Amino acid sequence: MSFTVQIKVMPLKDLLDPQGKAVMGGLKNLGLNGVEDVRIGKNIDLRINASTEDEAKQIGEEAARKLLANPVMEIYEVTVH
Amino acid sequence: MKFGVVVFPGSNCDRDMQDALEQDLGQKVLMLWHKDKDLSMFSTDDCIVLPGGFSYGDYLRCGAIARFSPMMQSVIEFAQNGGKVLGICNGFQILCESGLLPGALLRNSHQQFACKNVFLKDARNEVYKIPVAHGEGRYFATEDILNGLEENHQILYLYCDESGHVTEAANPNGSMRNIAGICNTERNIYGLMPHPERACSSILGNVDGRKIMHQLFFAESLVS
Repeated sequence: MSFTVQIKVMPLKDLLDPQGKAVMGGLKNLGLNGVEDVRIGKNIDLRINASTEDEAKQIGEEAARKLLANPVMEIYEVTVH
Repeated sequence: MKFGVVVFPGSNCDRDMQDALEQDLGQKVLMLWHKDKDLSMFSTDDCIVLPGGFSYGDYLRCGAIARFSPMMQSVIEFAQNGGKVLGICNGFQILCESGLLPGALLRNSHQQFACKNVFLKDARNEVYKIPVAHGEGRYFATEDILNGLEENHQILYLYCDESGHVTEAANPNGSMRNIAGICNTERNIYGLMPHPERACSSILGNVDGRKIMHQLFFAESLVS
């Protein structure tokens, strides 16, 4: 079976995110003053062929752990669709 | 002692490094293609250099994909056997991604690409003027790792001002504790963001890079 595994990667909470900061400035210029913080991460979708949903999730976890996210600076979340 | 300079798709300081080593420092250099694996012509007295640039387009994270290239598998083994490895700029990012050096290099805190001369100082308080050129050079590691680096004298160079004062204003990218370059505990793997290879020839108006290269490769022991 083929599964879509979605991996959300975000910069660690305490880390300064310069990209988010720049976008925050843009939103302020738009007049959206209610926006208090912006943090930007990545969304990675994998098509995975596996026999069960669990197996697909495991492969996604391994991909995230070994390559797609760097635990020194990022956290990730794996979901199967 | 001879040098190997690895060429990844997107490396752009490989020839600068080759020129500096051959023309300015009179060293023997072999260029190494990222798809090859053979390092049998090198002994642990030799040095493999990972040059600056944008390996694999900086896709995903700087250095993240280069780490899995065939040549990097051999370089990791070479380093683990005690061979010298130097990573400059993107090379430093690759070393951190490979786990050969601790920490990571993040987007510059001021959100801009930094391309200018900066001042560095070593553990002996000697000051050097060396160019930097990077968008992701903000050294980051946990407090525990930073303390360990200090205790073991693994911090090779700090960003400072012209008179050697380590100040926030002299930090070109927001690196923690003004760190510009570090080494591993065994002191055979070095990573730095600034480009000494761009400051080795008098025709370029700055030869401070030669002093850095001498210190890294030819000093009796690395200053600690």
